[in-house]
Amino acid sequence: MQLTGNMFAQLGAELGHEISTLPDFPAEIRAPQGTIGGVSGFQLQLGSEVYTPGDKADVIVAMNAAALKVSAQSKHFHEHAIIIVDTDSLTDKDLEKALYKTDNPFTELAIPETVQIVPVALTTLTKEALKESEMDNKSILKCRNMFALGLIYWLFDEPMDKAIHLLEDKFKKKPALIAPNTKVMVDGYNYGQNLALSINQIRLDSVESGKLKVERGRYTSIAGNKATSWGLIAAAEKAGKHLFLGSYPITPATDILHELAARKDMNVMAIQAEDEIAGVCTAIGAAFAGDLACTTTSGPGLSLKSEAIGLAVMAELPLVVVDVQRGGPSTGLPTKTEQTDLLQALYGRNGECPAVVLAASSSANCFDFAYEACKIALENMTPVILMTDTYLANGTGLWRIPSMAELPEIHPQSVPAELKGHFNPALRDERGVRYWAYPGMEGYEHRNIGLERDAERGAISTNPENHEKMVLARKHKIEQIAERIPDLKVQGKADSDTLLVGWGSTEGHLHAAANALNCALAQFNYICPLPKNTRELLSQYKRIIVCELNTGQFAAYLRGQFPDIKMEQYNEIMGQPFAVERIVEYASK
Amino acid sequence: MQASDFKSDQYVRFCPGCGDHAICMALQKAMAQIGIPTHQVAVISGIGCSSRMPHYLNTYGFNTIHGRGGAVATGVKTSHPELTVWQMSGDGDCFAIGGNHFIHEIRRNVDLNVCVFNNRIYGLTKGQYSPTSPKGFVSKSSPFGTVERPFIPAQLVLGARGTFFARTLDVDMPTTVDCMVAAQQHKGCSIVECLVNCVIFNNGTHAWIADREQRAEHSIILKHGQKMIFGKDNDKGLAVEIDPVTFVPKMIVVPADDPRVLVHDAHQEDTTLHRMLALMGQEDHDLPIALGVIRDVEAESYDEAVNKQIADVRAASKAKTFDELTATLESWEM
Repeated sequence: MQLTGNMFAQLGAELGHEISTLPDFPAEIRAPQGTIGGVSGFQLQLGSEVYTPGDKADVIVAMNAAALKVSAQSKHFHEHAIIIVDTDSLTDKDLEKALYKTDNPFTELAIPETVQIVPVALTTLTKEALKESEMDNKSILKCRNMFALGLIYWLFDEPMDKAIHLLEDKFKKKPALIAPNTKVMVDGYNYGQNLALSINQIRLDSVESGKLKVERGRYTSIAGNKATSWGLIAAAEKAGKHLFLGSYPITPATDILHELAARKDMNVMAIQAEDEIAGVCTAIGAAFAGDLACTTTSGPGLSLKSEAIGLAVMAELPLVVVDVQRGGPSTGLPTKTEQTDLLQALYGRNGECPAVVLAASSSANCFDFAYEACKIALENMTPVILMTDTYLANGTGLWRIPSMAELPEIHPQSVPAELKGHFNPALRDERGVRYWAYPGMEGYEHRNIGLERDAERGAISTNPENHEKMVLARKHKIEQIAERIPDLKVQGKADSDTLLVGWGSTEGHLHAAANALNCALAQFNYICPLPKNTRELLSQYKRIIVCELNTGQFAAYLRGQFPDIKMEQYNEIMGQPFAVERIVEYASK
Repeated sequence: MQASDFKSDQYVRFCPGCGDHAICMALQKAMAQIGIPTHQVAVISGIGCSSRMPHYLNTYGFNTIHGRGGAVATGVKTSHPELTVWQMSGDGDCFAIGGNHFIHEIRRNVDLNVCVFNNRIYGLTKGQYSPTSPKGFVSKSSPFGTVERPFIPAQLVLGARGTFFARTLDVDMPTTVDCMVAAQQHKGCSIVECLVNCVIFNNGTHAWIADREQRAEHSIILKHGQKMIFGKDNDKGLAVEIDPVTFVPKMIVVPADDPRVLVHDAHQEDTTLHRMLALMGQEDHDLPIALGVIRDVEAESYDEAVNKQIADVRAASKAKTFDELTATLESWEM
């Protein structure tokens, strides 16, 4: 199902539709097929003004009785939705597996009559399509998804030549599968056309239809984790630094490790360490030795890395930590999305331990903020924690491919030549950022430490006044970064009385909600430090609603910064992205 | 180069009489003998008395967090294989909190020179038992004696497929310097177990061999290619005997002129003899404790392999820059 969904998304993107996807699959690798727990779903919205994967579906494809049940019970479809269901997968045995109580699933699920059920014998038709092939039964059944995909292509009036080209590309490593899958897909398309399914085709807005306005350029569709990986690669090249990744496999961050391990052609060194702590510590070692060093993880891994991130704060080394958030706490909901690591990223370390915190807000801009995280780390000698989440990481969006030339300059902190022979790691520039010298550089030998250091000499110090001075120096170093980050811009109706406030991955949903409410939206990508105009911006609104997928972490942070500004909060914590309609309902009260 | 070239301006703060002083001096001597310039040397440590070592060396140094020196050192060496990287650690730092990094740096064979200061006690936290304290050891955290079985460091190293293991003693400066120089010459993860005395919390822990009178009888200094002879009068040798019933081989002491006396082969791939030698005198005192380089075998180092793979893939790839990479994407103009 994930493959089918991704193919449809990619075709949609290539045809100039805006896209937003939400893969939703169980944590188990081979969850029992046909059971409620084993349903693997893929939600996709395309067309124009697409900000989210959508609240309610226009079309649902249910490949078996369990999928039908999960879709129906979620009630996430419009009253005139079309539900295509594989009738071959509704046998008594199937119904029993999916825990139906009667033998009529449609009545039992109380699907409204306005919904159009389209029963299709997908399995039989797929077998029919491939009866002359020499494939075994099991392999034939694997092509069933393509029949459904062909049918969907017909329904959305997508051109088959491009669809076939895309399929050939997807299966280029398994050429034997191209012909049978193409056959099944085309049969699915023709089935829609020839049997003239008594349903109306859906026509989408695209760039060509003139209804969609995008910046001119070369586009592709990209998943958040890949965009993050490429942002790191681009930053390393721009900065003239060697990219080092120390990481340990963890859902949903592992795709970044996969991508960077494959990018040896880009001179990336990606190490699969023995544990999360070694992941960050090898990166700190590489940073000490002068590289652009990164570690990637999810919430549980961020917990394990806390002490080492504190070391990077204390040693004042550049380090990028990517936290692809998932449902927590503990092992929690490994494959679901949540924004619950914010306070951990801001405060989850011992001592006064400030670090920069950024958040990406779309799958495509994971690229921009990964790049920005590297730029800030290298220029300011600090760890930067980049927050993304399952929704951004696995979802795909349209990405305008930038050229190296148009990306912002990166000037890694260096060391003035006059310090040769009397360098120490406490020496700072006028911004308060310490100089960076590393092994191999003659005349700058020094000892770096996680212990407190003397503000002048750089050696170990337990002096009380010195400690306070150093705590404030590290705090100031983070605060001064606000001078170089862009002001926050309001989206939607700026002169409204109401302001929705969000951060990170909820941008699409909150943008759609703000449009529906005809109100303003402030979406934060820079969390620590906050943009300089934050107070001024917030002060302009009578009603502020901070919307988050947690119990109010960003709201608590903002209230701490601006105790005089009154804020309401709207929270959902179900392991899923927001539903726009619920935000609208709350804000309309 | 002189040992003084490697001395930093920091006042050495080990307790008076601590074995770490001797190791520090031996290390400065060894570094001078090796002759690699100070700016190409990085000394990484965790936390503990031993981990203060980088402060006293005029090289690049990084005193990190407890147990993680091995992981940080792995990052330094792998990203910059041209550097000479040392790791300073202790029995708590390496075998307890940093145990995982320790076995994995050995398994991967990262080209590091690792000195583990084994004083069988936590000194910096003021006297708790460590993973190498003998069973029954009384300390502040084991007032009725420990009930734990200790690690034998050599067993851990060989179990992790170590390619280099040496053991030395704080009071034996020449052997310490020899072991450190050999560790640097060995390509791969070189472990040097330094038996050191903690004069405050575990005084005399290695007295059985540290005592000058007894050392010759209770220890043997192994040298590759030389007969295994020891004793005050060089009158004893080591041989292997196989138990006729169980077929278990064991080390025995024979007269020095016995034809069965073994010649030390540190380069032997097979670990059987190295293991038997390294385990002598560890659990009881029937046999002398082996000092010197016990194992020193060739194998590809991790840092070398990682960098070679990157170079090979890069050489074979058409796309080498970001713009060339994005050009390979399925994309369209809008």
